[in-house]
Amino acid sequence: MAMTSAESILARASGSEKVEPGEYVSAVIDKAMCNEGFAAVFMNLGAAGVKRIQDPGRVIVIMDHYVPAPTERAATIHQLVRTGVEQLGITKFYDGRHGIAHQVMMEEGHVLPGELIVGTDSHTCTYGALGAASCGIGFSEMAYVLATGRLWFRIPETMRFLLSGALAPPLSSKDVMLKIAGDHSAEMAQYKSLEFSGEGAREMSVEARMTMSNMAVELGAKFCFFETDEKAEAWLAEKCGGGCEPLVFDKKAPVSSTYEMDLSALEPQVSLPHTVDNVKAISLLERTEVQQAILGSCTNGRLEDLRLAAGILAGRKVHPGVRLLVIPASWKVYRQAMEEGTLGTIIAAGGVILNPGCGPCFGAHGGLLGPGERCISSTNRNFKGRMGSDQAEVYLASPATVAVSAVAGYIADPRDM
Amino acid sequence: MELLKGRGWNFGDNMDTDAIVSGRFLDAPVEEAARHVFESIRPGFVDEVREGDVIVAGANFGCGSSRESAPEALKTLGIGCVVAESFGRIFFRNAIAIGLPAMVCAGVSERFNDGDTARVDVEKATVENLASGSSFAAEPLSGEMLLILESGGIMEVLKSMMGEER
Repeated sequence: MAMTSAESILARASGSEKVEPGEYVSAVIDKAMCNEGFAAVFMNLGAAGVKRIQDPGRVIVIMDHYVPAPTERAATIHQLVRTGVEQLGITKFYDGRHGIAHQVMMEEGHVLPGELIVGTDSHTCTYGALGAASCGIGFSEMAYVLATGRLWFRIPETMRFLLSGALAPPLSSKDVMLKIAGDHSAEMAQYKSLEFSGEGAREMSVEARMTMSNMAVELGAKFCFFETDEKAEAWLAEKCGGGCEPLVFDKKAPVSSTYEMDLSALEPQVSLPHTVDNVKAISLLERTEVQQAILGSCTNGRLEDLRLAAGILAGRKVHPGVRLLVIPASWKVYRQAMEEGTLGTIIAAGGVILNPGCGPCFGAHGGLLGPGERCISSTNRNFKGRMGSDQAEVYLASPATVAVSAVAGYIADPRDM
Repeated sequence: MELLKGRGWNFGDNMDTDAIVSGRFLDAPVEEAARHVFESIRPGFVDEVREGDVIVAGANFGCGSSRESAPEALKTLGIGCVVAESFGRIFFRNAIAIGLPAMVCAGVSERFNDGDTARVDVEKATVENLASGSSFAAEPLSGEMLLILESGGIMEVLKSMMGEER
């Protein structure tokens, strides 16, 4: 029976032969990821009288939002997380020394194709890069998942994207997602599942696919999928020994819509304040000075992103009026970038390397903006007040655009450098 | 479930979770976060909102973060129901999970002014503007969602499950 990726995974997880879009199912959760939200989840479980969780082996707790703790309040939350992890017998615990949850999940081999994964973070959809059905939920639902092992789902409709052509460097997959948001809207994929295929998708590295699926929630999507091809299999072999059942798209499965996109015709894209879909091609942007540039995060803090930026920054200096902050997505990325000299190049240009974590991206700590300041950022959201002051502005772009702009002092076209 | 009735507050499209609860309050108790709801886009909202008021919004309400404090802060302020053309899916889930009715209702945002009285029948999935006399069909909630709302949230459902096991 022809089913989309979302349908086949939710049918399997709910013990159904066939499911239809719009139908509701109760599905068994394969993995549950918690960040510091685990403190609230643990309190919820206690309040409900749950002493033992259903399967501690399926739970992964990764502290990333407040690392290292910027306030006493955050430190207290961390203490509660450690207590909860200990009491509930969770062994897959990453205590702030590993990086941003989504990168750590992928790097440590916790994500397998075809799995149903929920996480207490909206960018949990990142795992679709390896063919998992993954999405964000809140703390109450997570407590329910930990206690019962299940959760209700509505079967989503699917949108298929056929990507042709290859991106011309220095463009990257971030430009693709910003282009889609700008052409359609921040809710074009509301409640829907995305499937990316075609030459353009095959050409992308797993890292580039992670950027795509990370940004899927900015289109409103529930899941985002790439097929498990040889690139995904190589990643899986390295991280968890491989041998996984691949996710293959069923081309016969009916979808709600299909879009075709030629990546070779793309130009760098910038998302203007204060919605992700307020996008302009960089050539149409007026001169826009910036005081801060952020390279990194779970969206664009992987090795290929840092290398691309370092290639631009090599032998150049960050503009004296700009603070370039670099957030590697994980400690593994950090260490490799350090050992191979990528970070050295960035530091020599004037970049400041921050601890892998979520800090400024969600406006909590480590590089916030004052009133009237502007930031060009490779992160995923530019909502009003997202990175500090309500009177500040965040522009979203690719790592290359961020690096070039940090040098120029204004938002600049990476193709010109 | 009983009928919900309250003053409507009209909001536009793409009201993101950061506008509801800013990232700077994510480690704060919800009572503290609730004092700053919509501060950046509609200062003074928290002083005017009353118990039972209804938010009537455009498309993509609550897009963005998975922060449960967004619907929780609205509930803490006394908001009785959120009606929108469409929701960010995690906000929608979280609203139901904490026992705040959320109804998807096409065409509603253009036909509501601030202060118009809204009447919402969550079970029958209807929304009325009592000021103008117009009524709208909302998307029905699933049986499980109605059960969660009637129980007062998914934690209450879990508590009763745990009680049955003992």
